[in-house]
Amino acid sequence: MIKAVPKPLEEVIGRVQDFNKVLIAGCDGCVTVCEAGGLKEAKILAAALRLYYTQAGRQAQVDETSLTRQCEKEYLANLSDKIDSYDAVVSLACGVGVQYLAEMYDNKLVFPGVDTCFLGVNEERGLYSERCQACGKCILAETGGVCPIARCSKRMLNGPCGGSEGGKCEINPEVPCGWQLIYERLKTLGQLERFEQPVEPKDWKPSRDGGPRKIVREDLRI
Amino acid sequence: MHLLLAFEQGADGVVVVGCMEGDCHYMAGNLYAKKRVQRAKEILDKVGVGGERLAMYNLSSGMGGRFAEIVREMTSKIMELGPSPIRIATGTAARPGAEVTT
Repeated sequence: MIKAVPKPLEEVIGRVQDFNKVLIAGCDGCVTVCEAGGLKEAKILAAALRLYYTQAGRQAQVDETSLTRQCEKEYLANLSDKIDSYDAVVSLACGVGVQYLAEMYDNKLVFPGVDTCFLGVNEERGLYSERCQACGKCILAETGGVCPIARCSKRMLNGPCGGSEGGKCEINPEVPCGWQLIYERLKTLGQLERFEQPVEPKDWKPSRDGGPRKIVREDLRI
Repeated sequence: MHLLLAFEQGADGVVVVGCMEGDCHYMAGNLYAKKRVQRAKEILDKVGVGGERLAMYNLSSGMGGRFAEIVREMTSKIMELGPSPIRIATGTAARPGAEVTT
């Protein structure tokens, strides 16, 4: 899932302090799971902003809501009857949701309330780590189910590099070497002979090298 | 969320009392509460209310004496701090000192 962290409160206050009616829009999708931008976070941020305005002697209105997903028009449409009454919206969705909300209501000021970080897993509550960089051409079948693009700091296709030591990456002794993980996994699977076949140069066009990406699934479209 | 709501509604100070650490019926509930209280204190500092108006203590059910002592200490501290900036801004601070309610 997409992982995000809440923006510092002072940054959000700086964005909305001059407005009188602000809507905090949470998202019930990925950002709820990592506790950065769901309804609970929306309520906390709204309460904090109300306290800020009140102690500053301001008569401001801050309301909160949460949408099933902000990356779909059908759910964003649920704001259509109320969004015009607000001066600004703070979206707690990932960068995708913030942009789609702004696209749909293009006359409305929309500010991000979270910093979107990566595609990752919940190792445990409050501990999330990256697993995928959405490069558009999955090579996990060749690498024992461990992604060298996401988990090798150099994104090497044929590793490890000389900086791997004791199974850790040279960038940080707490970061596992992605290629050590691949080696261990292939060893467990009895497929170490894969190391005798270099991974072919990767086609980066499906990744960001080809510009903004789009998927067109004719089998799904009418 | 509920802690901030208390301040929104005019509380001058809030005391959270949890079970002794390591002795929580909900395993780690009091440890999560400790983190939430800390976060709420940081928020209160940033919005100008003051994190010192919120405190958490860990007590067992057999520590009634200590509970009363803590409440007296906190009441005294809040009385010294005076009404919360929220009550001052909304004009609900009827007198200079904080008010004690249960």
